[in-house]
Amino acid sequence: MTLTTAPEAAPGTGTAAVDLDGVVKRFGAVTAVDGISLTIRPGEVVALLGPNGAGKTTTVDMLLGLSQPSQGRVAVYGKPPADAVALGLVSAVMQTGGLLKDYTVEETVRLTAVLFGKPRTAVTEALRRAGLTDIGKRLVGKCSGGQQQRLRFAMALLPDPELLILDEPTTGMDVAGRHEFWSAIRDDAARGRTVIFATHYLEEADAYADRVVFVRRGRIVADGTAAEVKALAAGRTVRATLPGATEAALAAIGGVDRAEVRGDTVYLHGNDTDEIARHLLTRTPAKDLEITSRNLEDAFLALTADEETPR
Amino acid sequence: MTTVDLQARNLPKFGGFSPGMIRLELRRMVRNKRTVIFTLVMPAVFFLLFGTGGDYKTERVGGGNVTGYILVSMAVYGAMLATTSGGAMVSIERAAGWSRQLRLTPLRPIAYIAVKLVLAMTIGAVSVAVAFGVGALAGAQLPVSAWILCGLLAWVCALVFAAFGLFMGYLLPSENVMQILGPVLAVLSFAGGLFVPLDELGPTFATIAKFTPVYGVGEIARYPLTHDGNLWLAVLNVLVWTTLFAAGAMWRFRRDTARV
Repeated sequence: MTLTTAPEAAPGTGTAAVDLDGVVKRFGAVTAVDGISLTIRPGEVVALLGPNGAGKTTTVDMLLGLSQPSQGRVAVYGKPPADAVALGLVSAVMQTGGLLKDYTVEETVRLTAVLFGKPRTAVTEALRRAGLTDIGKRLVGKCSGGQQQRLRFAMALLPDPELLILDEPTTGMDVAGRHEFWSAIRDDAARGRTVIFATHYLEEADAYADRVVFVRRGRIVADGTAAEVKALAAGRTVRATLPGATEAALAAIGGVDRAEVRGDTVYLHGNDTDEIARHLLTRTPAKDLEITSRNLEDAFLALTADEETPR
Repeated sequence: MTTVDLQARNLPKFGGFSPGMIRLELRRMVRNKRTVIFTLVMPAVFFLLFGTGGDYKTERVGGGNVTGYILVSMAVYGAMLATTSGGAMVSIERAAGWSRQLRLTPLRPIAYIAVKLVLAMTIGAVSVAVAFGVGALAGAQLPVSAWILCGLLAWVCALVFAAFGLFMGYLLPSENVMQILGPVLAVLSFAGGLFVPLDELGPTFATIAKFTPVYGVGEIARYPLTHDGNLWLAVLNVLVWTTLFAAGAMWRFRRDTARV
């Protein structure tokens, strides 16, 4: 049984790498993905950013044909995901599991090569690019978490996929492991591969993605460039107890970009929080001051506050 | 890179079933010391302990001696253990998430099962060969035709336990599935008259034994030596149990590979 891909998907027709159209995924009464539509062009490096439980992994599973949408349509290079996977158009580095302890690193990659019908040279090349050449003879069970993750990366590289999907790829890695992993990915992405990675780390999205897709509660709440994310990530928040304050009055304070009043508590967002704090303490009866960096949740709120999708 | 050459990509032949995969899987299986001891060493040791004592070497059965008779039984036991653990490998692989990883390759689930069956039968053949080698050196006597036919039948009929192993492998998602199945096989071997001749168990038990899965395999494998017993009943036993276990394995397998 040798199948060649259908002729309508000829080179140069500009097929989208990923095309999600109104995708919904329900597990019983729970709706994990609630109507996601997304088009990703070949060559884009896209971060799927969102808190745990936002529906990122469910979306990734559907992109890989590991699960079927309850509603809507998923296409990868114009094909059903399972076909794209079998043809090696798309491959993935999954979160955890998926390795056998009693294979060596080299054997694991070799088995993948056998399955994709790739020669021995492809094994050597994948090991080299994932930085595993020195530990090829090591048993997988004796490898560190970071090494195992790079092994998954080597396996994902073997079919030479057009699209590489990384699902929370650095979870459980130490700083050094994380750095090495991302260097390997970055070197690889420089060759023009399409990359989608799911993460809940804003910094990772900021550092490695051209485009960031914010997901929350199964929906895309924002879709923008990494620079837009950077702008959102900058700035801090001063929280204080200040009874009787109005948002208009607070917004007039020097350095305040956005003010919010919740009962007796006020939230002042801005870049120069020292100046805001000084003002509050010297000119107002504010007390219980607290200065925090904006977290992901704030970034979401900030993005969704303006409009649905700024793009 | 805005243009993508989708035409250069092909699916592998036979859904990914390949000698390369079988070679790698065999190497991994042999690396597991527990599997080697369980399937190759233990049956041979059991034979030496229980088959070579007393006057077993001089007492005649069919064209051979009692030692030879016990050797065939132990070869069946070894083949059973080997094929069961071969089939039960899927349990460990499911527990490790490896099956999920394989779904990101062109390997078809049915080709995966075929690889597991080939592996189970390969290690089963090695187990029979090792037992027979030890037996030949330790004084087992069989007619030449029985050496060949008993060995072949012990091996072929062990297919029923490859199906059993697969079924259990899909049913029990455990890393230590053989620690459960090992004792189960021992009990079944007693019940099926593999360790102790059935006529020593009393008439009631001997009747029950005919319905247990080990009975048929043992009877068939020893037939070229003994030319005794009801061969058709034994064949029916093997066919029914193989069908049941294979159906069970397919049922669990379909559930496992369903894309939810």
